Amino acid sequence: MQGYNFAYLDEQTKRMIRRALLKAVAIPGHQVPFGSREMPLPYGWGTGGIQITASVLGPHDVLKVIDQGADDTTNAVSIRRFFARTAGVRTTTHTAEATLIQTRHRIPETPLRDDQIIVYQVPQPEPLSRLEPSRVETRRMHALADYGLMHVKLYEDIARFGQVSISYDYPVMVNQRYLMAPSPIPAFDNPKLNRMPALQLFGAGREKRIYAVPPYTDVRSLDFDDHPFRASRAQHTCGLCGATDSYLDEVVIDNRGGRLFVCSDTDHCTARRTAGHVGAENHDAL
Amino acid sequence: MHSETLLSGRGLHLSFGTIPALAGVDIDLWPGEMLAIVGESGSGKTTLLNVLSGRLHPDSGAVWYRDPAGQLHDVHAMPAPELRKLHRSDWGFVHQDPRQNLRMTVTAGGNVGERLMAQGARNYGDIRAQALDWLAQVEIDADRIDDLPRTFSGGMLQRLQIARTLVTHPRLVFMDEPTGGLDVSVQARLLDLIRSLVARLQIAVVLVTHDIAVARLLAHRIAVMQRGLVVETGLTDQVLDDPQHPYTQLLVSSVLNA
Repeated sequence: MQGYNFAYLDEQTKRMIRRALLKAVAIPGHQVPFGSREMPLPYGWGTGGIQITASVLGPHDVLKVIDQGADDTTNAVSIRRFFARTAGVRTTTHTAEATLIQTRHRIPETPLRDDQIIVYQVPQPEPLSRLEPSRVETRRMHALADYGLMHVKLYEDIARFGQVSISYDYPVMVNQRYLMAPSPIPAFDNPKLNRMPALQLFGAGREKRIYAVPPYTDVRSLDFDDHPFRASRAQHTCGLCGATDSYLDEVVIDNRGGRLFVCSDTDHCTARRTAGHVGAENHDAL
Repeated sequence: MHSETLLSGRGLHLSFGTIPALAGVDIDLWPGEMLAIVGESGSGKTTLLNVLSGRLHPDSGAVWYRDPAGQLHDVHAMPAPELRKLHRSDWGFVHQDPRQNLRMTVTAGGNVGERLMAQGARNYGDIRAQALDWLAQVEIDADRIDDLPRTFSGGMLQRLQIARTLVTHPRLVFMDEPTGGLDVSVQARLLDLIRSLVARLQIAVVLVTHDIAVARLLAHRIAVMQRGLVVETGLTDQVLDDPQHPYTQLLVSSVLNA
């Protein structure tokens, strides 16, 4: 690794990002601007998450990277290999073994511990962006905790569809103060954000924003008293491991309309199968 | 009549470049009172309304507001969060063009409920019941609650704006030409509605209008403005039946059947 800095970024950049991270941790849910750098992958592939990971990664860390819950998809494989090469850190696919987890769109099924850090890749850090186009105005709304508009959106959903129709990136209130976009994790994962023992860091590279939820912080999904938040999942069992409580992906398996529901968290599914759990469709062909 | 003013402006000056929009205006408003500010275009009526409501800062002078506890607040020295809180609870603003105030992509019910939700209402059933109640009060059919405002007529939009503003029972409402741009029969109905709502809810209103007939129908008191100054003020009938200032005399005599 001669000629390269540890974990790709130069020390001044990491210092700048760490300062933004400290501020973000100090004000849970508040979006802190930072000087996002060009990274060797396109915007939307995790440039924000990868910069945070590079800034907090140490030589003794064990890194896990997941994309939609899976360890073996393009985004996860390339980011994991990127840090294995530029930082020489140990990598893993086991949630319990990792000290640092970078994720896109999922929180692992295995509960995280207080010695772990989870880094989310965030495409749109502003939860009000679809409702209020002006960023000047949304900043003012955050400053004044003026969040009636977000509830108007929930009201509209219930009036039109009988329920809140947001299934991912479901807005949350952090520490009773800041409205926050939890990145496009399914609403199913929202309860895991609440009082999580691990430190949660969020990076949006294109939008140049960092925010954080410190360990054991209250994170509440927005709802109405008479329409409480519900974490929904597909009403099936995992075809491979038979899990009934995990978040499922629906996979098309042939040209005849055949479908398979499997755990989106591959580590969770593999661990269950190793422990002897078998799903209805766990044929050798799969 | 209460002895203490609800809102008072003292020595208000504001110039746009070399044009003095307000040239030393003193004005008082008592609780439950409807004050009309009349005058020709460019006399500073709307500027005065914006200064009184804290939306524009005067070059000099102060606006004092008395809260329900009797405490006086300097509107222009108030921290932004408090002013915004006032604007979404104790105060209301009715624009001439309802599209400025309404959210055109949100249903009628959502529009009426927004101020309630901004104040922390978190029960869908209650919010909806209040929205239905207010739609009924402004004479909009209950089955239009889930329709978008763009399917509403001009008069309905204005009534929806009024429902959205009054849902939190404000003590003070600023109205900028609320009947402007509506045809005469719709205007008459709207004026009737405003008059009955305001009387029933005991709301103080600052009403800006260029239409003397509107002022005569609604206002208890009237203030006549010319070139940034209040030239005459008094009870509506007194001012309109026996105008003292030459400009007021001109204004009254220029209106048919005023």
